[in-house]
Order: sequence, then structure tokens, then C-alpha cells
Amino acid sequence: MGFEKFLFYVFALILVFAAVRVITVRNPVHAALFLVLAFFTSAALWLLIEAEFLAITLVLVYVGAVMVLFLFVVMMLDLNVDPVREGFIKYLPVGATVALLIVIEMGLVVGSGYFTTEQYHLISHTADYSNTKELGSVLYTFYVYPFEIASVILLVAIIAAISLTMRRREGTKSQDPGQQVRVSSRDNRVRLVRMAPEKK
Amino acid sequence: METLLTLVIILLKIVALLAPLLLGVAYLTFAERKVIGYMQVRIGPNRVGPKGWLQPIADAMKLMFKEIIIPTRADRFLFLLAPVTAFGPALAAWAVIPFGDGMQISHLDAGLLYLLSLTSLGVYGVIIAGWSSNSKYAFLGAMRSAAQIVSYEIAMGFALVGVLMAAGSLNLNQIVLAQQGSLLHWYWLPLLPLFLVYFISGVAETNRAPFDVAEGESEIVAGFHVDYSGMAFAVFFLAEYANMILVSALASTLFLGGWLSPFEGIPVLGELFSFVPGALWLVIKISVLLLFFLWFRATFPRYRYDQIMRLGWKVFIPVTLVWLLVIGLGVLAQVGPWFD
Repeated sequence: MGFEKFLFYVFALILVFAAVRVITVRNPVHAALFLVLAFFTSAALWLLIEAEFLAITLVLVYVGAVMVLFLFVVMMLDLNVDPVREGFIKYLPVGATVALLIVIEMGLVVGSGYFTTEQYHLISHTADYSNTKELGSVLYTFYVYPFEIASVILLVAIIAAISLTMRRREGTKSQDPGQQVRVSSRDNRVRLVRMAPEKK
Repeated sequence: METLLTLVIILLKIVALLAPLLLGVAYLTFAERKVIGYMQVRIGPNRVGPKGWLQPIADAMKLMFKEIIIPTRADRFLFLLAPVTAFGPALAAWAVIPFGDGMQISHLDAGLLYLLSLTSLGVYGVIIAGWSSNSKYAFLGAMRSAAQIVSYEIAMGFALVGVLMAAGSLNLNQIVLAQQGSLLHWYWLPLLPLFLVYFISGVAETNRAPFDVAEGESEIVAGFHVDYSGMAFAVFFLAEYANMILVSALASTLFLGGWLSPFEGIPVLGELFSFVPGALWLVIKISVLLLFFLWFRATFPRYRYDQIMRLGWKVFIPVTLVWLLVIGLGVLAQVGPWFD
């Protein structure tokens, strides 16, 4: 247990540090990269409680796909941070109130007795226990309707996002590969001009 | 004490895997120059050592003693971090590749998922390098690369889904065992379209020719690593070759029977070659696929950017989706000898 506890504290420290840096660092690209670090260390923490499927999926989905696109956008935007920091005093009362509310709410939820250590025991399994298989068998039998509904909602979101960007734009030089391949004879691509020989 | 012993054993296993791997990476660069040389009716490097065999070592020495120049107004920390983030996942992914029955560093149950998530991390090295070097060319290369890798990852993921449907497991050891029987039992045959999609996507994921628009030396000099020199550049170079070996190893494990002998199930030859260790068969399969990587580079001109995107989204993803349906029907009907 000693080594696992040591690992837990190492990862927890890194996670808290990364999470704090996400909101305190000035450069937005650095903030995004700290968020990547935060996701990665939380995946490591999940591995420690034997939730390997969730941990790997967190890395695959959030670190491998979502944050790549996020970083992409942040890098392209060329954000200037200084105007964002203006009026710090002006917004302080509102911000402080919201922050206080969130702290109180979280305190109420966490301290409500639903999340005590007596209720949540870590159930350890033997090495041949397949986390992935168990999750799959529950997901496709017991929770099949919520699962299907969630996937349909995601599909609708995909279609909506694509249809928002599908607009005709003037002046694009997109090429039609089918048309390019279909060019067969010489008449289609070159025009021969017959010129009479000139006299000296 | 016991934890310490376990740690030492794991470290020894890692060294036993990485030392030959890094040597393989070094000699893959040599093989590339030689093979492409002969394909272009040249001899290739032949000056350093007998027949040029010490060339990679000379290259490594040269790069180690060169200065690492950091561009003005570059993000120093991220600039130096980028090569490491490119190289790390390419090495970490080897933890779950089996070299024999149960001969893996980690018997991870969700091995295939682990591989997919680690290979998706490689793109960070490219993006961070492109952004932190404070150069337009590097940034253009990084953007091209990021878009390309994210697009081909989807087709690659679907190809892997086909394999796990056929094998009924995410564990790479189980996947190889499910292909046992003979050469015709390997998944290249029932999953042929997925095998092709996987391998071509692998070439695109490693930014190799003909999909090397991220480097595109004729348009954007060298893309994301244009500002790198010395060992920092060398680590990017190593990462590219380590990724090539990884993609080949994965393709051989998932579609070409991994460590299984190709003569299995053939009456006389099977017994004749039964003394060959499985790891050697795996290395032979990896080498053959690596030859394809080099062959592609010597043969094909670079793809145009819009054609890369078209191939990924409009050809590969529909092909994999249709073939997933075919595999599903095959598993339902228990079509032998693969799905029963």
C-alpha cells in the first residue's frame, strides 16, 4: 500500500498544481497545455483505483482529440491577454460572489454524507478481471436505452455542426477529383492552335 | 523490498526492449538510405566503416556535438519539450506488444485502447514544436500535421474496432492467439480492407511520404522542425522512425499473426521451422512492412493536401464502416475459420 499511496500523493500534487496553473498562467497556450497535464494526471489517478478503461478513454478522448483541436484554435487566435485583465477591480464583487456560491455549493454536496469513505470502498479485483468487459456488458444490457439515446443525441450534434459549416463560399478553388480523372482525350485539356508559317 | 524488486524487474524488461529498439531505429535510417539508394541505382552511404555500416553511429556523433540553437522569442521550455513529447509515446506504446505467448512488459487488458490513446499523443510534439519555434513555416507544418493526424486517427480507430470485433478481446496477446491456425487464419484475409486502411493510415500518421505534407521540404522547408538543430532535431528524427517501427509492429500483431509462424499447420514445413522463436517471426514481419514504408517513399510523389483529406474522410472511413458491418454479420453467422 505504501508505494501506491506515494504515487497517489505525487499525482495529486501534480494535478492540483496543473489545475491552478490553468487559471493563473498568462499565456493561453500554456493554460491549454496545463489542462492537458491535468487530464493526464487524473487519468493516472483513475488507474490507481483500477478504473483502467475510464482512464485510457479519458486520455484517448480528451487529451488525444478534444485538447488537440482546442490547442489548435488557441494557437491560431493570437489572443491578447492584457485587455482581458483590465477592470479587475470592477468585476471583483460579482466574481467573488459567484466564487463564494460555488464554494458553498460544493461544500454542501461533498459534506452531505453521500461521499463519505464509509460508503465508498475500493473493490479490488484479481488481475484477470476485465474492467472493459464488465462495463460493456452492463452498458449494452442494463443501460442500453440511455446509451442509445446519448449516442443519437451526439449524432444529431455532429450533423448540426457539419450543416452549420456547409455553406457555399465564393472564390474557393476546390477541385472535383472525379472531373479531373474523367479527362480522357487530348481535346479536353489542351487546345491546339494551328498557325500558318510566317514569312520572313 | 518486494516493490523495489518488481520495479527493478520492470526496468530491466524495459531496457531489454528499448536497447534493441533504438539500435533498430538507428539502422532503419541506414537501411532507408541504402534501400532508396539501390532503388534509384545508386549505392548509398558506403564510406564510414565496412560497406558504410558505421554510418548511423557517425550521424549520431555529429548530431550530438552540434549546437542546439534556440530561435529568438521562441518559447524555450516548450521548444525543448516538444521533441520529448514526440518521442515518449512512440516508446511507451511498446509496453503491450507481445513477442511470444504472454511475453509483454504489461499484460494490459485494454491493450488496444492503450495503444490508440498513446499514438494519439504523438501529435502534441508536432503542434508544440510548430507553435514554440515562433516561425511561420513551422506553424504551417504543425497545422497541416495536426489536421492530418486527427483525420486519419478516425479511420485507424475503426480499423482497430474491426480487429477487436473479430478477436473478441482488447488484449493483444488474446488477439494473436485468436489468429492461431495457419497463414490463412490471420486477420489479413477476412479483414483485408481494414488491413489496407490501417497500414495506409499508419503511413499518414507517421507523416511519411507520400503523406509528408507536414515536412513538405519543397514548400515549407522542413515544416514543424525547421528551427531545430543538433540533438533536438535528432530526437524528432528518432521519433519518426520509432513510430514507423511501431506501426509496422502493430500491423503485424493485429493482421499478420504477431509472433505466430507462417508455416503453422503445413505438414512438413511446420515442424521444420518450429524451432524458430516467435520473436524472430515478429521481427521478420516488421522488417517486411518497414520495407514497404521505404518503398513508398522511393515510389510515390507527395499527395496534395485536399486529396489527403478526401482520402481520409471520404474513402477510408466509409470503407471501414461498411466492413465493420460485414464483420458483424460474419461473427453472427460464425463464418469459419475466423469467426467461429
